[in-house]
Amino acid sequence: MAGESTTEFAVIGGGIVGASVAYGLASSGKKATLFDEGDVAFRAARGNLGNVWVQGKGAGGPAYADLTRQAAKDWNEFALKLESESGIDLHFRRLGAFFFCFSDTELERRTRMLSDLEASATVRSHVEVMDNAGIRKMLPEVGKAVVGATFCSDDGATNPFHLLRALIAVFRRSGDYRAHHAVESVSPDGAGFRIKTAKGEWTADRVILAAGLGNRLLAPFLGLSAPVRPVRGQILVTEKLNPFLRYGISFIRQTVEGGVIFGESSEETGLDDRTTTDVLRTTAQRAVAALPLLARARAVRSWGALRVMSPDGMPIYTESAKYPGAFLVTVHSGVTLAPFHAGPLAAALSEGRLAPAHHAFSPDRFSVPAS
Amino acid sequence: MFQLLDPGEFDAAFDFEGRTISAFEGENLAAALLRAGVRAFRQTPRSGAARGPYCMMGVCFECLVTVDGEPNRQACLETVRSGMIVEAQAGSAEIIQ
Ligand SMILES: Cc1cc2nc3c(=O)[nH]c(=O)nc-3n(C[C@H](O)[C@H](O)[C@H](O)COP(=O)(O)OP(=O)(O)OC[C@H]3O[C@@H](n4cnc5c(N)ncnc54)[C@H](O)[C@@H]3O)c2cc1C
Ligand code: FES
Repeated sequence: MAGESTTEFAVIGGGIVGASVAYGLASSGKKATLFDEGDVAFRAARGNLGNVWVQGKGAGGPAYADLTRQAAKDWNEFALKLESESGIDLHFRRLGAFFFCFSDTELERRTRMLSDLEASATVRSHVEVMDNAGIRKMLPEVGKAVVGATFCSDDGATNPFHLLRALIAVFRRSGDYRAHHAVESVSPDGAGFRIKTAKGEWTADRVILAAGLGNRLLAPFLGLSAPVRPVRGQILVTEKLNPFLRYGISFIRQTVEGGVIFGESSEETGLDDRTTTDVLRTTAQRAVAALPLLARARAVRSWGALRVMSPDGMPIYTESAKYPGAFLVTVHSGVTLAPFHAGPLAAALSEGRLAPAHHAFSPDRFSVPAS
Repeated sequence: MFQLLDPGEFDAAFDFEGRTISAFEGENLAAALLRAGVRAFRQTPRSGAARGPYCMMGVCFECLVTVDGEPNRQACLETVRSGMIVEAQAGSAEIIQ
């Protein structure tokens, strides 16, 4: 492409996080360009489980617990608005979900963790602890191997593909979406920033790095660092079955179309998103232990995807000290936090700064000097 | 629509929705049904619209039938066995404990 284009906001990375921020900026009337690399990239937004998950989030970090709880509460309104704007059903359901424990120690440890968390969070959420008989009353299909569970009615799920498609569809009405535009470099350029792609160059007043694992390469251009690493998850999905799962289970859910999707593995395998039979076997065995009737379901597809994980698992929101106007946004729970990224975060960014409430998520926390 | 290049003697027969269909032992089930003029293999769970094979290679899941009581079988990945009972699949399958 010849010549040069200008924009107010360059959002780099068109996964769920970048698309949520870009949608929020466009909704508040800003001129934004959204750059996405394409199918060659590692894209967590296209491989995740689709949970809007509250239970246990933010253990050790009350600000993250509050952020998650508020985002989950805002999901209803967010989904209704995005659905009416896009005409796309997000399949959002808040059915409540179980976290199954397979031993007494696991259940005790989890109960203690959740009650500590409840004491430190300011946004309320309700968790019930139950034994196998208690679960059975709500979910007769539960297996005997499940000793007990914690149940939270705030947990829900959505179809992550529909979410991404809807965000981009609405964004495109007033914003500029650039698929297959990998950003090769981004550099400060006087008052703004210069963005280089193989298909042309752009200048932007502000730039938001939301490229998932790609942020690792881009951040240093702007005096930032993105200490995120890939953590692989392997997922299986079954044939489509009549709806039978009335609630979510942390690692199992039934989609609106009827497929049962499950996975819970975490592996440090670098930039490798392949599947392996040993992990898929363990995953399937755990799912069958949780719900024995799944032994009769045929798995039709499996895949691996890479989580974008920060050192403490919590989000990183920061502005470059060296080049104000350059921001870094990365989180491990992009589905759950979508209403926050499209709402309060985008609103703050559209004003050109992060709100003080977001300072808890500065990467400064990783370099606390020893006292 | 579908014709044999080398017509020979059928050596097998199976049941589809109460109709006896002649075929070859071990041939592709979807192909045998299509040759016999069957167009609708299943009805979709949502709208009940009729569907038939689309990809013939195991990826589209449009060819689902019930084989000998087992639902969700992809006809394009099944082989004909004499005496098998094949039913069109209505909607999605029930999972039974
Ligand atoms: C197995 C698994 C299960 C998960 N389950 C859940 C869940 O249940 N609930 C939940 O909330 N979250 C879940 N997540 C996490 C969620 O998927 C991520 O938080 C979210 O997708 C992160 O979005 P992202 O946009 O930051 O990253 P990605 O989705 O990885 O998107 C990054 C984008 O940046 C683009 N990009 C990279 N480099 C460049 C460049 N140089 N120029 C332009 N574009 C670039 C890529 O093309 C890509 O589209 C799960 C993740 C995994 C892997
Ligand atoms: S025709 Fe596509 S899966 Fe059988």
